[in-house]
Amino acid sequence: MSTQRLRRAAITGIGVIAPNGQRTDAYWKSVSEGIGVLDRITREGCGHLPLRVAGEVRSFDAAALIEDRFLVQTDRFSHFAMAAAALALDDAGLGSGEPVDPFSIGVVTAAGSGGGEFGQRELQKLWGQGPRFVGPYQSIAWFYAASTGQISIRSGFKGPCGVVASDEAGGLDSLAHAAGAVRRGTDTMIVGAAEAPLAPYSMVCQLGYPEISTVEDPDLAYRPFTSKACGFVPAEGGALLVVEDEDRARERGVPVRATLAGHAATFTGASRWEESREGLARAIRGALDEAGAAPEDIDVVFADAMGVPEADRAEALAIADALGSHGRRVPVTAPKTGFGRAHCAAPVLDTVAAVLAMEHGQVPPTPNVFDICHDLDLVMSRARPVELRTALVLSRGLMGSNAALVVRRGGESAR
Amino acid sequence: MTRRVAVTGIGVVAPGGTGATAFWDLLSAGRTATRGITLFDPSGLRSRIAAECDFDPFDHGLDPDLCQHADRYIQFAAVAADEAVRDSGLDPGSDDGWRTAVSLGSAVGGTTRLEHDYVRVSEHGSRWDVDHRAADPKLHLAFQPSTLAAVVAERFGARGPVQTVSTGCTSGLDAVGYGFHTIAEGRADVCIAGASDSPISPITMACFDAIKATSPNNDDPQHASRPFDARRDGFVMGEGAAVLVLEEYEHARARGAQIHCEIGGYATFGNAYHMTGLTTEGLEMARAIDSTLDQARLDPTRIDYVNAHGSGTRQNDRHETAAVKRSLGAHAYDTPMSSIKSMVGHSLGAIGAIEVVACVLALKHQTVPPTANYETPDPECDLDYVPRTARSRKLRNVLSVGSGFGGFQSAVLLTGPGGRTP
Repeated sequence: MSTQRLRRAAITGIGVIAPNGQRTDAYWKSVSEGIGVLDRITREGCGHLPLRVAGEVRSFDAAALIEDRFLVQTDRFSHFAMAAAALALDDAGLGSGEPVDPFSIGVVTAAGSGGGEFGQRELQKLWGQGPRFVGPYQSIAWFYAASTGQISIRSGFKGPCGVVASDEAGGLDSLAHAAGAVRRGTDTMIVGAAEAPLAPYSMVCQLGYPEISTVEDPDLAYRPFTSKACGFVPAEGGALLVVEDEDRARERGVPVRATLAGHAATFTGASRWEESREGLARAIRGALDEAGAAPEDIDVVFADAMGVPEADRAEALAIADALGSHGRRVPVTAPKTGFGRAHCAAPVLDTVAAVLAMEHGQVPPTPNVFDICHDLDLVMSRARPVELRTALVLSRGLMGSNAALVVRRGGESAR
Repeated sequence: MTRRVAVTGIGVVAPGGTGATAFWDLLSAGRTATRGITLFDPSGLRSRIAAECDFDPFDHGLDPDLCQHADRYIQFAAVAADEAVRDSGLDPGSDDGWRTAVSLGSAVGGTTRLEHDYVRVSEHGSRWDVDHRAADPKLHLAFQPSTLAAVVAERFGARGPVQTVSTGCTSGLDAVGYGFHTIAEGRADVCIAGASDSPISPITMACFDAIKATSPNNDDPQHASRPFDARRDGFVMGEGAAVLVLEEYEHARARGAQIHCEIGGYATFGNAYHMTGLTTEGLEMARAIDSTLDQARLDPTRIDYVNAHGSGTRQNDRHETAAVKRSLGAHAYDTPMSSIKSMVGHSLGAIGAIEVVACVLALKHQTVPPTANYETPDPECDLDYVPRTARSRKLRNVLSVGSGFGGFQSAVLLTGPGGRTP
């Protein structure tokens, strides 16, 4: 069972269904050009709620991407996940044919909001009409594990299956789970997160978060690191990745787009943002340590960018604490200000942006943010061309988790 | 790096009694805690029975805020975690917490509270555009599944990796498994691991009604959960929580802690077959069992007891019997295999952790808990299911297996004193 050579987790496939782009090319175009797509929420039954602005995935044609038999059994969050998984598998050259060994491919997703729209519909049947009207798929559509199960079944993957139902930082934790599974011997993992929290009742549930932005102007609603920071804007959508043993990828002859080099997570409590400074700094140091990277090796930071003044300050200080003087020089960005925070999917979309940024040699900008009040080199207005070998992705969750991930460009190795 | 992982504390909130002592009393006596549902009016449902916890949060020293505002499943977890940490002898205030992790599972999380408030904001399901003004301002804590792990982490000052695991009915085994990995791979020295669910609610009962997964034996609830029996007709819903303190072996030894047993291995696989259906072969569960044996370098003949998923559905018990035979070969016929769901019901995500705690207690007492209500053999289920009466037996290595919606199949191996080496 034990393998002497160190197995490294390589990203070989990317699938994105995001508010600012369905498919990787479209997503990168929006991200690199800093195009903002935050807008009034148009999902049915949401117009009267005091949460007006979000990142919606519009013109998503689930029926074109997912077979009917899966479509009827699943919520929108699983539609996004299944669609993104298929795109990622295609990208990795694993899109067609049965897996040679079904046990060699596993699935892990993060999910923080579950199948809210499906669940609300069935709750309405139960309480409006009676228990006999609850459909047979409620038991498998609402729960957090739906996407992992359906991706496994749809593609015939029997490897380790997991579901991290954590707060936002759980998106990065799911990537660490995948890397761990690869290290322990699984060849390939399908990993990531997709969320659909914009159903009426789900939105009502989120109104209690003190960090959520209720500003009605889409251009002003999410401006982290500025003196006008007024919270974060939620979003739907997500990304799935194919992560596999680096040697295995080379054997298959597919490009290694990046490697998951290091991860660490800590917990400092819900909404205690000042304390997240130490938690996040420790997570960064832990991730660097695992990656065998020095602070100066970090070429770009994808910030959590909560958009809450105390949280933004804690993050800026955590970067300085962990990276030292390099923390003031390294370019920092938060493309999610252009399309919102899709809960657990937010840091996965950031990881995708980090991989694409390294491939394109460009740090994408932070839309809608122009004037910051922290000592950071935040990339604003337009993308900055610069050679990038190593990226740091940060995420914090509303329940108090802090996580950091170090991603290396394909072909780079630890010093 | 692979480090040994010890179990140094256990706590449980189960139907029939709170605390490990009451839990073991119930199991070793073969008593059942299944009854007609009292938590809400179940009329109109096909299955109106469940294994409920007689649980008052005010009896357990929880602070008033937790008692009054937290969801029932969170209260269960807090009480079970308190007991586990007490049992471990750890002083949570004695270190800075950065090396303490939390890994807790739940299948349905805060859905009972979500449903409760939904009824109000939707005016009894009459409107899609629900009225936010009628909602509890803390509803996000029910919506957010990681509230579970966060509350427990806060309770003990855990500041390492804190995770909530939600793989349906294998959540409890998987949460213990993730905790095992966290310590074995060096990301923490201590992990508070387990699971909790309180799914006895109209929507959850109704959704299992819709697929006829639960027992309709409303006239005889005490005998309704009949795993492996030829007359089994579905599972009986349960609720509860169990928490274990997992600890790096040398860390536990250095502080002179009691070591209940070790986690010898953990694995999970998907069947990639059906969200709710199971094959008759049990290939994937067998693979999970085989993997745990490999990790512990243990021959299948060294397994002394299998704590079954044993939900009491037609397909599960057949599937599982096939899986255990596939992994243990002829030794399966000499290995007692029982289902405590016959007594405490099936508490979805929680039950895997409750069953691991049952295994820890079985090792401690060198006693196999029985399968209550087992009377009529099923030709397709032909192993030794320990009918009705607990049995003394030399136990060193025990397996707990689980199976859940999504097709997930998990196994956890526990090794007691003398377990690893003959």
